[in-house]
Amino acid sequence: MAAGSRPSQKPDRPIYAFLDRYATLIVLVLLILLNIAITPNFLSVQTLNVNLTQVCTIVIVAVGMTLVIATGGIDLSVGSLMAIAGALAPMIFMGKIFGIEHVGLAVGLAIILSVAVAGALGAFNGWLVATFHIQPIVATLVLFIAGRGIAQVMTNGNLQVFSVPEFQFIGLGRILGLPFQVIIMAVVVVWAAWMLRRTVFGRQILAIGGNEKAAELAGVPVGRVKIAVYAISGLLAGIAGLIVIAINSASDANLVGLGMELDAIAAVAVGGTLLSGGRASIWGTLLGALTIQIVRYTLLANGVPDAAAMVVKAAIIIAAVWIQRKARAS
Amino acid sequence: MIGMAGNRGLMGSYGVVVALMLVILFGWLRYDNFLSPFNVMSVLRYNSMFALVALGMCFVIMTEGIDLSVGANAAMSSVVAAHASHYGLVPGLAAGVGAGLVVGLLNGLIVTRLKIMPFIATLATMLAAGGMALLLSGNQSIPVSYATSFTWLGQGNLFGLPVPALIAAVAYVIGSVILNRTSAGRTVLAIGGNEEATRMMGLPVERTLMVTYIACGGLAGLAGVILAAQFGAGQPIEGKGWELFAIASVVVGGTLLTGGVGSVGATLAGVLLLGVLFTILNFENGKGWISLSAYWQSVIRGFFLLVVVLFQARLARKHAAQPAVSAT
Repeated sequence: MAAGSRPSQKPDRPIYAFLDRYATLIVLVLLILLNIAITPNFLSVQTLNVNLTQVCTIVIVAVGMTLVIATGGIDLSVGSLMAIAGALAPMIFMGKIFGIEHVGLAVGLAIILSVAVAGALGAFNGWLVATFHIQPIVATLVLFIAGRGIAQVMTNGNLQVFSVPEFQFIGLGRILGLPFQVIIMAVVVVWAAWMLRRTVFGRQILAIGGNEKAAELAGVPVGRVKIAVYAISGLLAGIAGLIVIAINSASDANLVGLGMELDAIAAVAVGGTLLSGGRASIWGTLLGALTIQIVRYTLLANGVPDAAAMVVKAAIIIAAVWIQRKARAS
Repeated sequence: MIGMAGNRGLMGSYGVVVALMLVILFGWLRYDNFLSPFNVMSVLRYNSMFALVALGMCFVIMTEGIDLSVGANAAMSSVVAAHASHYGLVPGLAAGVGAGLVVGLLNGLIVTRLKIMPFIATLATMLAAGGMALLLSGNQSIPVSYATSFTWLGQGNLFGLPVPALIAAVAYVIGSVILNRTSAGRTVLAIGGNEEATRMMGLPVERTLMVTYIACGGLAGLAGVILAAQFGAGQPIEGKGWELFAIASVVVGGTLLTGGVGSVGATLAGVLLLGVLFTILNFENGKGWISLSAYWQSVIRGFFLLVVVLFQARLARKHAAQPAVSAT
């Protein structure tokens, strides 16, 4: 998998180093300027709201993905874990599992339990990776395949429709005019950025991704850190799953989180985090997700079909990763 | 070094053949008609598409790469083939395979020229091919021509065997010969073992990688042609998850994702194993003892993948503990 970097590179001009550092930000700013010029009503609160609410779940999942990738791993199961959390929560607050009268209690329990289950399944991924030394892509492939099936079996593939304002606050509610899920996203991003820079745990994550053997010899509890990182990825996927179903007022195990793993990985890659681990940027991931979102919005708002947007997204991923690779080779 | 690693792959591949035989034996003992010609034929016919995709994936993985674009590629190629099927069998086949080759070429260029990690490169082409599939089909399935003989490629029989299964069989024979009997096959394994060392040995690393990705794309295109021919329509949104199913088959067959090791035959056994499991589920439902919805299919496949992977992990560790014994 690590066939990307080759030492036999000609030195490049310093322009690439500058581009590497700020490429995503520059692209994002250019896109916004382009939109101000061509997209009608781009500079409106509504546009901002639409884009922020759409990008939230990708960012939340991508933050977990960034941490996993920073250890040199990958998590393909996030979309399936979203589906499981999204299937489980309505079953609890609609009283299919426990008969709880009090709405607040039922909703609270639904949120905590379903996110905890997603976290536990994430820890299971980490356990496979850490204990059996199974390659992360294979270890998480297990739950990628089985996870959605579990969610479908739980609901028998049926759509769960609900109208529970207390629960849907996490997707539709506002605090001080800000959508609640944007606040969740902000908290997750700030926490992860702080954790990665300022805590021992964050240092350990990067150390493992940089050189696992060396980290182990230096006394880093490699296994425990890995399990924790995959568990965090699972927890965040669970939260994202709940936000998705809260927005939709419905949970469809066939669709919740479908393809999310690829969106999240794309956001991480465009954001400049090395896929081989050892270097990570949470802010980069945020910018990466925003860039992909704005590209999609720009194309859609100007009447370009979603299918063509996918092709453009592909070109942007390649361009962003290529610039970063160039920069690092210099 | 390669010999030693190859041996480890072989140990894994015995496991999958034994598992496949046990599963077939279970089905034969438990269900009437399990080994009836009709059932065997339909299992072979349906799984031949996955077999073709998994074959290409196997070669890519042996170079320590990965190709996430195969599913979207097959979907796009099925649409192209459906459009071209009105001109006849050969144009339909050529157009579908050609579309697949283009995606493969793109993958090869991005990996070898831009030197972007295969995972990201093919993730991007997966998006692009998926988008192209929708654009070329206008978001709907494209019926193939029944006036020409195009559907023979998916629905026909030759010598009493399903045509797609024969196509897959020929592909596997060629794949096996290339891997085991040619210098190209050796180079593929050498790249997966140690790319830098292979380059220093003067072997054509870039060219081999190019050909591997192009071939993988072409095989995905061929699978797309069969998809269109078998179900009578080009399917722009089919093929989702095929890449991961193919990876699972390759892994179940004992090929390591770290490259340098692999077996074409065991990959085929891996495809059949996952396919037969699905058939068993259908038969079990038919007995009426239990009624498992189709959703159990993926749960059982995932569980099976887990068991095989854990088994391999144990095997690899045992092997690592006594490296001298099997170094032949």
